Amino acid sequence: MELSRRKFLKLAGAAGAAGAALAPCAARASTAILGGRGLLIDTTRCVGCRACEAACSEKNALPEPALAGDDRVFDVRRTTAPHVYTVVNRYPNPKDASAPRYVKTQCMHCVEPACASACPAKALERTASGPVVYHQERCLGCRYCMVACPFGVPQFEYDKAAPYIRKCSFCADRQAAGQLPACADACPSGALQFGDRAALLEEARTRIYQDPEKYVHHVYGETEAGGTSVLYITDVPFERLGFRTNVGSTSYPAMTQTALSAVPFILTLWPPVLMGLYAINKRRDAVAREAAGESESHHE
Amino acid sequence: MSKWIADRLLMGMTPGAYLRSLVTPFNLVAALILTAGVPVIIYRFVYGLGAATNLSQVNPWGLWIGLDVLSGVALAAGGFTLAATVYIFGLKQYHAVVRPAVLTGFLGYAFVVVGLLVDLGRPWKLPVPIVYSFGTTSVMFEVAWCVCLYNIVLFLEFAPAALEWLGLRKAREWAVRMTLGLTVFGVMLSTLHQSSLGALFLLTPEKMHPLWYSPFIPIYFFVSAVIAGLSMVIVESGLSHRIFRSQIDPNEHVDLDRITLGLGRAASILLFAYFFLRLQGLADSQNWALLNTPYGYWFLCEVLGFVLLPCFLYAHGVRRRKPALVRGTAAWTVLGVVVYRLNISVVAFNWNVANRYVPSWMEILTSVTIITVGVLTFRWIVNRMPVLREHPAYREAHQ
Repeated sequence: MELSRRKFLKLAGAAGAAGAALAPCAARASTAILGGRGLLIDTTRCVGCRACEAACSEKNALPEPALAGDDRVFDVRRTTAPHVYTVVNRYPNPKDASAPRYVKTQCMHCVEPACASACPAKALERTASGPVVYHQERCLGCRYCMVACPFGVPQFEYDKAAPYIRKCSFCADRQAAGQLPACADACPSGALQFGDRAALLEEARTRIYQDPEKYVHHVYGETEAGGTSVLYITDVPFERLGFRTNVGSTSYPAMTQTALSAVPFILTLWPPVLMGLYAINKRRDAVAREAAGESESHHE
Repeated sequence: MSKWIADRLLMGMTPGAYLRSLVTPFNLVAALILTAGVPVIIYRFVYGLGAATNLSQVNPWGLWIGLDVLSGVALAAGGFTLAATVYIFGLKQYHAVVRPAVLTGFLGYAFVVVGLLVDLGRPWKLPVPIVYSFGTTSVMFEVAWCVCLYNIVLFLEFAPAALEWLGLRKAREWAVRMTLGLTVFGVMLSTLHQSSLGALFLLTPEKMHPLWYSPFIPIYFFVSAVIAGLSMVIVESGLSHRIFRSQIDPNEHVDLDRITLGLGRAASILLFAYFFLRLQGLADSQNWALLNTPYGYWFLCEVLGFVLLPCFLYAHGVRRRKPALVRGTAAWTVLGVVVYRLNISVVAFNWNVANRYVPSWMEILTSVTIITVGVLTFRWIVNRMPVLREHPAYREAHQ
């Protein structure tokens, strides 16, 4: 195991090349694209008709929504599921008991999605225009997207032998064809408004500004998880409407960026450090052997 | 040909004698586990993860990720630790335990992949991130690549022993020549993925209990993996020298007690450093008040009982030259690292949701089955290949 100069250079060169190749892709997480399309949900305008649920099921060829046309559906809190991409839940309104609030839940389509940054196979990806889409043919079923998503959106088909992840796609195909997402298209009350995210944010702020007594002074999704394409405004505190209020404003890809940035440094620094240690030990052994040889020759 | 088979595979026995030698209490227990466990694994693949596990939309990761993958990788860290100790740091007195450590590492990683395949929803898609769809923003992508490459490295690092067994002298020389390069590469890959397995959880700030969530998780995972690796080598060599006594050449004097004490000293120092690293995480998060809650008590149990206590026990055992105490402490330390991995992946994760995860009996049985197959494979190899002993034909080569 002699460490020749050639061998050292070969090792160092290979490691350096690997580091250099990985550096640009590892050090950069997804760049924020704050533009794109969005959906503004004004809970004060939602009447709980669940036309959005029906339209979503129809568009995605999913089973009909539970208890269609029956208000008893609101008796239990529902969540999205592998075959349910959006649900509307009812919450009591502390200001006016006769006018409960309805909240529609679906994928938030983060500007910098945790799920996409977590996916090892790019099965989840944010498109430039906003929708976070799923390429099912790439999915391994590792479920790291579910671990990562702060909103609990990706749903896994646990009952299947060949399962996929399921979630709302923001009707990326309809958007590409110039149509509204199915839910926004079906909404009769104006609770769902589709458009450019930046414009919708202005609209949301305007509504709050024009009626500051009524609205909570916060647009949910403006900064949550670094910003989401779906924005909510309401007149009841968000935590009383089932919103996750413990989601910070840091984008999720930023949380792992430091760890990933270390990769090229370890790849380039470890070989010279380790080979240096090896060389020092080799030299120490050689000196010890020489000294032993010398002392023997003195004895003769 | 039949002599070749008898020598290489049947440990020099006739087929009848070999089969009779297999009837032992240990094998009976192993057979029972496999008889129950293999059908459960088949059931999981036929009916899906929902039928076999208690995993849910809220708790997507459970025992298989926490034990088979996270703990398995940490416990297999002895391979790169000992290889670096001997081949890079030049501490040749540990040479006798390098091969068993590398074998433990290789089998550890191989069975981590088995555990992962059982857990993945679409395991046949495992090559996707390796071959054509690179999720470069993902920590999981980095882990996948490192574990894939490190499996190859460990295979090649163990190759000399297998080639000596097969009597392929030329190929063996070739494999031995790669030792230094493989060791350096192994240390690089291990530094990356041991820490990255912790970095996976950096994406869960609002789901993990604040006492465990820390930006330093990657550092904790790496340091505790080296501790687990050293402790596993102590445990494994102690057990091996007792169980495979016939494998050890009485003429070849290996002072295992001295090796055990040396490894114990290293583990003690690292545990001391690791304890203060954990304290720094606590100081950084300013969550002292949470220590006086039920989760806080469990945190203290882990950090005092499984980190500081073995640190002192190791130090005491080394000072008083008590190899048995050091071995016992090593087993406790290994358990402690498993507790840490399970705390991160199961206990502290989703601590604030109503629907807590508890593994199903099928998940537990599957894990036990995979571990059993791992132990049987280890025994099969040690009984045949020159792992604990040196092959007589290559003795001079080990100088």
